[in-house]
Amino acid sequence: MTARIELRTSPHVVKGSSVERIMFHVVLALLPIAAFSVWQYGLSALALIVTITLTCLASERLFNRLSGQYSTLSDWSATITGLLLALTLPPSFPLWMGAVAGFMAIALGKALFGGIGYNVMNPALVGRAFVQAAFPVAITTWVPAFAPNRFSEFVPTTFTAPLMTPPDVSAWAKSALDGFTGATPLARWKFDNVLATPHDFLSGAVTASAGETSAILILLCGAYLAIRKFMDWRIPVAILGSAALTALLFQMIDPARYPDPLFVLLSGGMMLGAVFMASDMATSPVTPKGVWIYGTLIGVVTVMIRYFGGLTEGVMYAILLGNALAPLIDQVTQPKVFGEVKTIKGKGA
Amino acid sequence: MIPGQKQLSSLEELLEGIWKQNPVFVMVLGMCPVLAVSVSAVNALSMGLATLFVLLGSTLLVSLLRNVVPREVRIATYILIIATFVTVVDYLIQAISLAVYDALGAFIQLIVVNCMILGRAEAHASKNPPGRALLNALGMGVGFAIGLFAIGAVREILGAGKLFGFALFGPDFQPWVIMVLPPGGFFVLGAWLLLFNWLNSRKATPVKPVEGHAHV
Repeated sequence: MTARIELRTSPHVVKGSSVERIMFHVVLALLPIAAFSVWQYGLSALALIVTITLTCLASERLFNRLSGQYSTLSDWSATITGLLLALTLPPSFPLWMGAVAGFMAIALGKALFGGIGYNVMNPALVGRAFVQAAFPVAITTWVPAFAPNRFSEFVPTTFTAPLMTPPDVSAWAKSALDGFTGATPLARWKFDNVLATPHDFLSGAVTASAGETSAILILLCGAYLAIRKFMDWRIPVAILGSAALTALLFQMIDPARYPDPLFVLLSGGMMLGAVFMASDMATSPVTPKGVWIYGTLIGVVTVMIRYFGGLTEGVMYAILLGNALAPLIDQVTQPKVFGEVKTIKGKGA
Repeated sequence: MIPGQKQLSSLEELLEGIWKQNPVFVMVLGMCPVLAVSVSAVNALSMGLATLFVLLGSTLLVSLLRNVVPREVRIATYILIIATFVTVVDYLIQAISLAVYDALGAFIQLIVVNCMILGRAEAHASKNPPGRALLNALGMGVGFAIGLFAIGAVREILGAGKLFGFALFGPDFQPWVIMVLPPGGFFVLGAWLLLFNWLNSRKATPVKPVEGHAHV
């Protein structure tokens, strides 16, 4: 007689929502953003998204096998990691580097800690941070959005042979779209003091990572998740709010030097990071007060890195820092149990 | 020899440091030079050989003097002996290759404080006759050099596309910048430790898939 024993942590209440269901809805919410990215950047973005997602799934399966677990592919978390990671990379990113990023995301970000729910930091951002440090040139090489030939040919860098340096893409980018500068709005603000208009951002006609530009779409998909209670709405609100307030403060101090809050919110990975990355359940605090602290910290640190750091974009490191601090934030913001009396120091039971 | 422990055969004594008690992969000792100078295979191997030399020399002296040195001042004596050999190796490397000397920098002098060497002197050389102590030191030194080389080779291959300075992948190779930076050292060391632990745990208990869900 072998009885099948199921060990599960509490609560043992049977309820509709499960890890699989929540994760599946996050995938659904990410699909429109991925679709917009493909429409914007064409075949190369599609190839990148597919490659990275498949790499993440394959790595997850590999580590399941190595650790003797059953497959965890069906909980959709590896799919989310793959999609998110692809959306934070430049659309012209070579596929082999994308595969490295995908493997590292699962290996370093997730498998090492023991899989889903145990990871300290967002796996997709760990993967991105790794390739950011490993391939600093390729990850800051941009191609124009809405190039006329985007559905008929790949960007030359996409099919770079594994381990090889990607070819120079500037000539191709210039031939694809006249007057292409090859810099993101954040870089143009930082180094040339040229501000992109909100209209540029909302139409998606800016240079950016594959899934960063569709601010309205990201907010809509995030709102869907928040309304269905698959995501804590406080996190994106706290991040975007604190970033906007910080930006406003700096603009009041020196309007000539610092951009307006709207630019800060719409540029770079702010929206994608705030809505989909920072809100990852396993890596964010759980106490209501802690969530506000966590979000505010990420928003302020992002703006600080953008304004005073060497990098043009700071969302990734801000969220990773927030992730690392999340357990500590949880610890210091434990709510008081109803009826609990504060014990006097030295006289405590 | 530690009381209660079975006397090892000569071969076992030699293999102890190379495999079972490898200073880098099992004992995780002397990590400072391991992480700092393992940027390339040449640097790693030079550091490994320098450490091996110091280890052999100091082990021999410590073992010979083991009945002469008073217990109260033994650590100071060991350090003095080790420092003597480090000075020798410091001048030796300068004479052989100035390029390697510059690349290794302060880490040659810092061999003095390598806890692996002091640990060998305290735990083994001071309790064993010279022959056995030398055998153990040889194994440990070679094991340390192998560990350093294993990390240095991976970092050089990925970080520069080369091994011992020879290009492996042609001129178009894309260097993984992170591998020559400090995080690369930690990643590669971690990966090797993972591999060794995994091999050891597989040998100890064959892994079976867990029945049902095991959310603990």
